[in-house]
Amino acid sequence: MNRILKKQVLAPGIKLFNVENKDIAEKVLPGQFVVIRAYEQGERIPLTVADVDKNKKFITLIFQEVGQSTFYFGSLKEGDEISDVAGPLGKPSEIECFGTCVCIGGGIGIAPVYPVIKALKNKGNKVISIIGARTEELLILEKEVKQFSDELYITTDDASYGKEGRVSNELSRLIKEGMKIDRVIAIGPGIMMKTIAEITEPCKIKTIVSLNPIMVDGTGMCGACRVEVGGETKFACVDGPEFDAHLVNFDLLMKRQRMYTIEEKESLGSLEKNKKLFKSK
Amino acid sequence: MAKPILKKVPISEQCPEERIKNFNEVPYGYVPGEAMKEAKRCLQCKNAPCITGCPVEIDIPGFIKAIGDGNFNDSIKILKEKTVLPAVCGRVCPQEEQCEKVCTLAKIGEPVAIGRLERFSSEWEAQQKTTDIPKTPKSTGKRVAVVGSGPAGLTIAGDLAMLGHNVVIFEALHQPGGVLIYGIPEFRLPKAIVEREIEYIKKLGVQIITSFVVGKTKTIEELLKEFDAIFVAAGAGLPWFMNIPGENYNGIYSANEYLTRANLMKAYLFPEWDTPIIKGKRVAIIGGGNVAMDSARTALRLGAEHSMIIYRRSENEMPARLEEIIHAKEEGIEFHFLTLPVQYYADYLGWVNNMECIKMELGEPDSSGRRQPISIKDSNFKIPVDVVIVAIGNSPNPLITTTTPGIEISKKGTIKINEKTGETSKPRVYAGGDVATGAATVILAMGTARIAAKSIHNLLQNK
Repeated sequence: MNRILKKQVLAPGIKLFNVENKDIAEKVLPGQFVVIRAYEQGERIPLTVADVDKNKKFITLIFQEVGQSTFYFGSLKEGDEISDVAGPLGKPSEIECFGTCVCIGGGIGIAPVYPVIKALKNKGNKVISIIGARTEELLILEKEVKQFSDELYITTDDASYGKEGRVSNELSRLIKEGMKIDRVIAIGPGIMMKTIAEITEPCKIKTIVSLNPIMVDGTGMCGACRVEVGGETKFACVDGPEFDAHLVNFDLLMKRQRMYTIEEKESLGSLEKNKKLFKSK
Repeated sequence: MAKPILKKVPISEQCPEERIKNFNEVPYGYVPGEAMKEAKRCLQCKNAPCITGCPVEIDIPGFIKAIGDGNFNDSIKILKEKTVLPAVCGRVCPQEEQCEKVCTLAKIGEPVAIGRLERFSSEWEAQQKTTDIPKTPKSTGKRVAVVGSGPAGLTIAGDLAMLGHNVVIFEALHQPGGVLIYGIPEFRLPKAIVEREIEYIKKLGVQIITSFVVGKTKTIEELLKEFDAIFVAAGAGLPWFMNIPGENYNGIYSANEYLTRANLMKAYLFPEWDTPIIKGKRVAIIGGGNVAMDSARTALRLGAEHSMIIYRRSENEMPARLEEIIHAKEEGIEFHFLTLPVQYYADYLGWVNNMECIKMELGEPDSSGRRQPISIKDSNFKIPVDVVIVAIGNSPNPLITTTTPGIEISKKGTIKINEKTGETSKPRVYAGGDVATGAATVILAMGTARIAAKSIHNLLQNK
């Protein structure tokens, strides 16, 4: 179980694993996540399931190497087993025929928005996708997203590919051009989701975001992932991860995401020492 | 008959100044001579009040007599007839509320140190090269699923395996043991000991599947198709917060998160282990139970200069085990009684830096029988803090109850059971431990599991 059937480097520091796990593949729905632990000393890492095998044998996980645990995870090879994969966790996305849906993915956020795009399209929605990255080589899943989108717009911060600027600019443009939008789904960095919520709120467009606070167990046991929605405290792992963007306190989310900045630096210091160890694996 | 000895044989411990710098266990335990001397204090009462004081009815005079006679192997055998977790119970049971409370010697002096003797037997066994594995009977072919691998789950798994049933435990976390692993700290219950007890249960033929979240990976309904009976012992995993302003600032933890990071994820070994924890200098722990004491003493070991228990009632009402309070005081934990937090303040980056409290006084007894704390008007004051740990209790995690049609729950969110049988409102589904009783002790959880084991065995025999 949890054997890596396929490993692919999608972009520098962004990797894709197909992980054998029949139980989870049979159950998982768009929007749900798993918690993985790559090795004994590793952190528990929440990852949205990006895709499922049609024969329900494996799930696809896409992740960015940012710290010690994800770096080690990325050093695993095809045929290796991941020591722990728990899930599927969280509530699935609401997939209905809403009409015209704009699906927005920023950076690594393209991976979790992809299964929502696919499901909304298969349900009969008109799907407009906007995906963006800092630069061309960090843009992932373009081909996959295109396959399930009626229209696709791409942005990069440095104008190396698609339009220069942010994904939120494209959304503003579509609204300004008079597109009738029934629903927006946005997944990406906190500041991106906040900006999008600020754009759609005055237009009264229902907007859903998938929040990515720090988590530990992912089953409602610890409360590390506390977020504020409509003035109430919610646990993103069991009450979410998707919430109504117009009710989310994004400033609190972003502050809480930075809780371990100092420790992360310290950990990366010891990561440098351990890189040799990972490479030899 | 010799005159009774009124005092317990003292147990040696790491001194407070040293132990607050490490995570090693606090008491060292009896050596054989001390254990035999203490065992001989036992009056071997014919009516054995201690047995009735034990939720799992251990033959206490029996195992103590074996120790007194130097037959340590017999003593552990007698213990294991009734408990699969002697090394755990010897350390974390509130003996002063149970077996030792009703000990005849307690009427005239100190009771027999039953907990320390139980611990001694288990330690003696661990030091032997081999552990006796009792022969399990021929398989009945019946399959039982146990949800959760904490004290209740491990107990029922052991009991049912000894009756020849095929038991599979499903654990949501990556390591089995439940609260024994994620909750109780290393210095109170070394994890190697828990792992040893779990190995013993596996040797009885029990299979443990980790990272399997019942209610998500598979539901109870789905498991009922594969198993003849199910025992739900998923614990009380949902942490309570006070819902006061500022409670989501950085640096404010639930005790569950704080202890899970420190114990299960070994954050005290960061950065060798990857999971971090905020090491506060001025740490406030809200609550007065064992979990609060564990959190306060963990904070101290992580380098806190002030580790403060903030409790809204007085010392007399504190629910923590006596030994934990004594150890906490010896280590320099500061106690602020009759104090209730009402609001938190933070710096511009969102880090908690102050806690506003209000003074309380005790009024008439409430439904728990304890005098109710009442706030004193205009007594507000601030305490500077950089980490806060909220340890005011837990309720059952709704992951299972919300995905199991036909299972009745109480207003508190616990699964309703018939206390005499452990049966829930759903056929073939039983429950025990904190998920049924609400947050309680290890040994009470084990007691409910014992009851359910008997009725599941009856069900399977008649099927």
